[in-house]
Amino acid sequence: MVPLYMAFLIGGLLCLLGQLIMDLTRASITPGHILVGYISGGAVLSGLGLYEPLVKIGGAGATIPLSGFGHLLTQGTLKAVEQKGLLGAFSGGVEAAAAGITAAVVFGYLAAVLFNPKG
Amino acid sequence: MNTPDPKRWKKIEVEEYENLVQQTKPKPPLLKHCIWAFIVGGLICLLAQLIMNYLLNQGIGKVDASSYTSVIMIFLGAFLTGIGIYDELGKKAGAGSIVPITGFANAIVASAMEFKREGYIFGVGARIFTVAGPTLLFGFVVAVLIGLIKVFLSS
Repeated sequence: MVPLYMAFLIGGLLCLLGQLIMDLTRASITPGHILVGYISGGAVLSGLGLYEPLVKIGGAGATIPLSGFGHLLTQGTLKAVEQKGLLGAFSGGVEAAAAGITAAVVFGYLAAVLFNPKG
Repeated sequence: MNTPDPKRWKKIEVEEYENLVQQTKPKPPLLKHCIWAFIVGGLICLLAQLIMNYLLNQGIGKVDASSYTSVIMIFLGAFLTGIGIYDELGKKAGAGSIVPITGFANAIVASAMEFKREGYIFGVGARIFTVAGPTLLFGFVVAVLIGLIKVFLSS
C-alpha cells in the first residue's frame, strides 16, 4: 500500500506543476485547458510507459489528478488491444474509465440540477 | 484666478502614493499560489489515498478500489461545487483544485448550473459538457491513437 505522505507529495507536485503552467504562460490558459492538457499528457506518458512508475510510488497522488484518468484510458486501451486486437483500440479506454465517466456525468448533472449558483 | 482645490490636491497625492505602492509591491505572488496549489492538491490526493486504503483493507481488488475511489471523489467534487464550497476553495487553491478529478467534477457542475433557464435537456444537459466534452474527447483520441500504434506494431 502506498504511504499517505507519498500520495500527498506526488499529488501536490502535479498540482504545483499545473499552477506554474497557469501563472507562467499566456493568460488565455483556462482551467479547461489545464484539464485537457493533463488528460492528454497523462495518456501520452502512459503510452510511453512513464506514468505507471509514478502510480507505483504515488498511488492516488498519481491516479486522482486528471493525468491519472488519461493513464487509465491508455492502459485500458493497450490491454484490450492485446486481447481483441483492433477492436480493443476503440473499446478498451472507455471500458476501463467507465465508472469515472458515468459518475462524472450523472453526479455532475444531478448537482447542477439540484443546486443553484451563489450570488 | 481659481485657487487650487485642497481636496483635488489630496486626491492627486493619494494617487501618487498608490502608484508607488503598485511599483514596489511584489510581483503576482507566484510562490504563494504554488504553495496553495501544492498543499490543497496534495490534501485532496491524500484523502483519496485514505479512501483507497480503506477499500483495499475491505478486500476489494486494486482496480475496483481505484474506480470506487474515483467515483467517491467525483461525487464529493460535484456535491461541494453544488453547495458553493468548492469554488471558494478554488479561489485560493488555483490548480490545486483544478487538476484533481474533483476539479473535473467541479468544471461539469459549475458550467451547467447557470443554464436551468435554457431547460434541463438542452440547457443543463448540454452545458455539463462545456469543459468535460473537450477533456474526454482529447483523452479518447490520444488513447485510441496509442492503441492503433500498438495494433500496427504488433501485426
